Amino acid sequence: MEEKMVNLTIDGQKISVPSGTTILNAAKEAGIDIPTLCFLKDINEVGDCRMCIVEVEGRKGFATSCIQTVEEGMVVHTHTPNVLEARHVILDLIISNHAKDCLTCTRSGNCELQDLAIKFNVLNIEFEGEKSKHKIDDLSPSIVRDFNKCILCRRCVAACKNVQGIGAIDCINRGFESCISTTYDKSLNDVNCTFCGQCIEACPTGALHEKETINDVWIKLKDPDTVVLVQTAPAVRVALGEEFGMPIGTNVKGKMITALKRLGFDKVFDTNTGADFTIMEEANEFVERFKNHDNLPMITSCSPGWVKYIEMNYPELLPHLSSCKSPHQMFGAILKTYYAEKENIDPSKIYVVSVMPCIAKKFERQRPEMKENGLYDVDNVITTRELARMIKQANIEFTKLEDSNFDSPMGEATGAGAIFGTTGGVMEAALRTAQDILTGEDLPKIDFEQVRGGEGIKRATISIAGKPIKVVAASGLKNAKTILEEIKSGKSNYQFVEIMACPGGCIMGGGQPIKSSKIRREVDVRKLRADALYDIDEKSTIRKSHENPIVKKIYAEYLEAPGSYRAEKLLHTKYTPREKYKNI
Amino acid sequence: MITLQELHKIREEKRKELDLRVNTKADTREKHILVCHGTGCTSSKSPQILENFRKILKEKNINNVRVIMTGCFGLCAKGPIVIIRPEDTFYAMVTPEDCEEIIQTHIIEGKRVERLLCKDIDGKIVNSLDELNFYKKQKRIALKNCGVINPENIDEYIAFNGYEALERVLREYTQDEVIDIIKKSGLRGRGGAGFPTGKKWELTKLAEGKQKYVVCNADEGDPGAFMDRSILEGDPHSVLEAMAIAGYAIGADKGFIYVRAEYPIAVHRLKIAIEQARNYGILGKNIFGTGFNFDIEIRLGAGAFVCGEETALLESIEGKRGQPRVKPPYPAQSGLWGKPTLINNVETYANIAQIILKGAEWYSSIGTETSKGTKVFALGGNVNNIGLVEVPMGTTLREIVYDIGGGIPNGRDFKAAQTGGPSGGCIPKEHLDTPIDYESLKEIGSMMGSGGLIIMDDTKCMVSLAKFYLEFTVSESCGKCTPCRIGTKRMLEILEKLCNGEGEEFDIYKLEKLAVNIQKSSICGLGQSAPNPVISTLKYFREEFRQHAIQKECKALECKAMSKITIDPEKCKGCGLCQKHCPVQAIEGEAREKRTINQDKCIKCGTCLTSCPFHAIGN
Amino acid sequence: MQENTEKNCCTEKVIDFVKNLEKVYKQEKDNLISMLEEIQEKYGYIPKEAQIELSEYLGIPMAEIYGVITFYSRFTLEPKGKHTISVCFGTACFVKGSKKIMDRLTDRLKIEPGKTTDDGLFSIDETRCVGACGLAPVFTVNGEVYGKATVQKLDQVLDELLKEESN
Repeated sequence: MEEKMVNLTIDGQKISVPSGTTILNAAKEAGIDIPTLCFLKDINEVGDCRMCIVEVEGRKGFATSCIQTVEEGMVVHTHTPNVLEARHVILDLIISNHAKDCLTCTRSGNCELQDLAIKFNVLNIEFEGEKSKHKIDDLSPSIVRDFNKCILCRRCVAACKNVQGIGAIDCINRGFESCISTTYDKSLNDVNCTFCGQCIEACPTGALHEKETINDVWIKLKDPDTVVLVQTAPAVRVALGEEFGMPIGTNVKGKMITALKRLGFDKVFDTNTGADFTIMEEANEFVERFKNHDNLPMITSCSPGWVKYIEMNYPELLPHLSSCKSPHQMFGAILKTYYAEKENIDPSKIYVVSVMPCIAKKFERQRPEMKENGLYDVDNVITTRELARMIKQANIEFTKLEDSNFDSPMGEATGAGAIFGTTGGVMEAALRTAQDILTGEDLPKIDFEQVRGGEGIKRATISIAGKPIKVVAASGLKNAKTILEEIKSGKSNYQFVEIMACPGGCIMGGGQPIKSSKIRREVDVRKLRADALYDIDEKSTIRKSHENPIVKKIYAEYLEAPGSYRAEKLLHTKYTPREKYKNI
Repeated sequence: MITLQELHKIREEKRKELDLRVNTKADTREKHILVCHGTGCTSSKSPQILENFRKILKEKNINNVRVIMTGCFGLCAKGPIVIIRPEDTFYAMVTPEDCEEIIQTHIIEGKRVERLLCKDIDGKIVNSLDELNFYKKQKRIALKNCGVINPENIDEYIAFNGYEALERVLREYTQDEVIDIIKKSGLRGRGGAGFPTGKKWELTKLAEGKQKYVVCNADEGDPGAFMDRSILEGDPHSVLEAMAIAGYAIGADKGFIYVRAEYPIAVHRLKIAIEQARNYGILGKNIFGTGFNFDIEIRLGAGAFVCGEETALLESIEGKRGQPRVKPPYPAQSGLWGKPTLINNVETYANIAQIILKGAEWYSSIGTETSKGTKVFALGGNVNNIGLVEVPMGTTLREIVYDIGGGIPNGRDFKAAQTGGPSGGCIPKEHLDTPIDYESLKEIGSMMGSGGLIIMDDTKCMVSLAKFYLEFTVSESCGKCTPCRIGTKRMLEILEKLCNGEGEEFDIYKLEKLAVNIQKSSICGLGQSAPNPVISTLKYFREEFRQHAIQKECKALECKAMSKITIDPEKCKGCGLCQKHCPVQAIEGEAREKRTINQDKCIKCGTCLTSCPFHAIGN
Repeated sequence: MQENTEKNCCTEKVIDFVKNLEKVYKQEKDNLISMLEEIQEKYGYIPKEAQIELSEYLGIPMAEIYGVITFYSRFTLEPKGKHTISVCFGTACFVKGSKKIMDRLTDRLKIEPGKTTDDGLFSIDETRCVGACGLAPVFTVNGEVYGKATVQKLDQVLDELLKEESN
């Protein structure tokens, strides 16, 4: 069908845009940037904050440009004195009820409210008055909620409820008393939150942020008796540069390693190697289950937000979950056993830090199952954002750093490990190995395009050794729910399911650099980061996990074979049904 | 299910039987004792009165007298009200104990119970309803059946042309013809904004979509307004009939009535009415054999004023927080569950059947150029005749306050009238002669609103009044958009400062700046109109604001923090009445001596002011 | 109606009650408010157990249900006191001095509107127009309307209730 075009005038410019375009987007076409605050493309399009108001000739009140669409002959003015005064008043009112401790706020410098205050030259607050007072919720291992900084834009609610289908938080009370909270105002720790952190990514201010644990890292780094090992997830290297002004999707692996070394970590390892172990175990688990028709489909288990979700919402489907630990947990376990033995270090003196794009990993690492001989596999998880903060604190000029390589002997990773960071990647990596196991050959066809791309649900039937295997990769928990309902109803006949909690996978995780609404409106952040990972994969010399020499070596020297007694003990875990609401 | 013939038969027979209700010369030996069962009279024991009557009649074996519950007669201040027909005798403030005497004297002896007859403001004893000044200037269309029929009996509704309009519409008119009649009648939405009703029906009819809905907004929330409640309590079928007509006109088969749960009597009667209409086949499938289907469901409002805003109401019907949506799109395009939805309020619907039966020309001959028909007001505050009045558009405020309302009590002066509740504004003395219609009220800075009409005498402080409305708005703001959520709160804070004597002149400027910007940038009608009470009081009583801000003075003595009540020794006669009434024993002085007020004890409640017969107490 | 409410009931009873409602109301989200109304009517507040059951039945997250409950002023999360005294704050009553009545009430019971006394005997509320504008100012005690109210009248009613309770 041909797109109907609509003619309108914005600030004197005549333009023509497809019907259904919002005034905001039409203005963008005309090179006019209307300020927004509550707007978050595809996620929160509600018009609550009123920053985007514009004048439309012939209309009584202001129009809401972020959601109202263009009409033929419309004449729009985006910065009349009336509009400017109203925006100024609105901003003044928002700030009048906002904790103005910007100097000590984690979002200072990357705060949409602060940006607007600068843009509108807010020099004093005219309408000061009573402020809402809220307790800070920092009881969960992952998320801190400080609603004294909340501006009620509800982007977090939309991300949690509409995108993820969770609804751990919502708007409660009414009028000036309105706030975003959980049921009975409980800690996120006690409700159905999965710690995916999408709320943090959506928040324009410092009202939601990760539970920061970098001080503990600094202390360990200063302790001469501790061997501090660090591993970095695949998604971190394609996003960290953004925190230093580099383009989205820049692979800064080399600079990142140099920076970590400068920070004082004793060894810098690659979680991608951990991912290769995961594939070894998971592919083998799959092949076994596939052969024996045992609890199919098998569902991946490397996304801890997802694992918490299924434990809380579909405990009856837990047997479908792969028993594999996630890559960084596996890797941590190997570091504290094989590596410690090899390097002759007392495991209790090892402190493993994981740099992750994820805040649910902060929760995962302290699960009681993730312990061996009284020692946690991983001792601290910090996010991409926290690593950037450490680098800044250490006065390292990141963009000027030389490249370095990961430390041996654990350093080599495959392209399969790299694509773990994006939706469909775990599936693809596993299929590469599974097909070789099933056929006993070294197959050249290793790109599984069917499971690539940004769609929330990607279904495919893949033929391996003449057998069709029905697979699906879903990202985002709402999509996960769709798949689980299919499985539960018995309507599906999937054999292998990949699920990641965050929409788009780990590259869009809750610990990644926060992109403003404006950036998210203009560029496809997910695609740029994902492309960078596929680029790493493509340029890798080894692209199948089972061909990774270090993996082979460790199996030969230590683990024997995938699924062996030792592998089970170190690399696998178990799950427990979990109450959604505790102590309410 | 009944057939059309049966329906016609009921109408014919019932009409004869009920002739005495509307015809004082009815040729009958029967008498009907009508006992008001509106919320006001019910709360002052009218159900017990009804029961007593019935009991006594039974005991005395009187068979030609029936006792009937009706909806509101309008003059709530005189409740509980009992009217005896056909002679139309009006008994006011009846107690259950009076029933015996009424039966004995009125029914058996054929005389009037003089002491219970209603007295008009001028002291004249009123023998029958239409002698009351209160009713003289009224014209009842929407309230036609209120106080005439038993609202819990569908046959009584049918008797007075009930469901005739629906029958005519379904059998004789096309959808467009119905819409055309409504358009030509000039009827405008009675919920506040006054959008042309026919136009709204047309837009909803033209909107694309198979599934459409008809909604009745009965979430009457303006404090001091009870027009819609009285209609639902007194004549629920008129709303059902109109909704069915609307459903036919726009192509909807489903209606929702969103009614405040705080109106239990209205909800109860609506439930009965729907049930009765279903039993008669007037609601349901294939109505009157025409193939038209229509049914109605009740949804209860759970206590949120904002749900009177149409899009918030839709959200609430959908089971969510009542937070308004940005318009456009309007409900006519995208309403309940995204489907085209027609929303009108109770009073609007209550006019529909009459318009269909009597014609658009009849209706448009009533009222002014731009505002046709009548408007129901809930008259309250400092006025003698508190109650429900229905007057033709164009009636002046003076007529309502003085002729119908009987003027201001206690010999006080009129200071201002408030229309439109928290969304409206006040009308000062100089505009008393404004003919009331949508445009003229807007012109003088107020609005029609849903019909609350509160009269204030000269002891009222306008800054406090503005504060009262802002308190209301702040507590009822949904919190969705910034200007309303924080802005109204800031306005209230400034008004509180002014009332506490902590304000400054600059605060008035701040109030105005906030008011203008909240008006223009809020999402919904609640926010957009929230500043109105401030803007209009500032417009007419700016000096009072300045007195509060600069002189720290509240001449009306309402703002306690600033007031100091004293006794004028010149005027004090030492009667001691003030001392007797003072709730905190702040008034000192011996018997027959001049009294003084101990300012440390005084809570400035003002009781002494009203108790002093010599006007010796003041600021 | 206050007399019919069952307070402090046990969890199973609440869940049974909600399960019975489920037979009447379809598994559709728009039934949330109607079902909450029934629960509020029955128990005088919305017990947690009822919310959890509703959450499961209607597929609405607890936080959203909590959001709905805290949005509408008729819904309460705590059981009400034995006697509820409400002062009408409709305009007619306000103009006729309902604030004085409320001030007296809060003074005497030492609680704010919306709260319940520690002994669980009294709750006080500000209500919107109860429709008895002709009798303004008005307060209600357990639903019974007291019109043309004065501070003295309130004191009298309160004294009677207190006397009754102390016996």
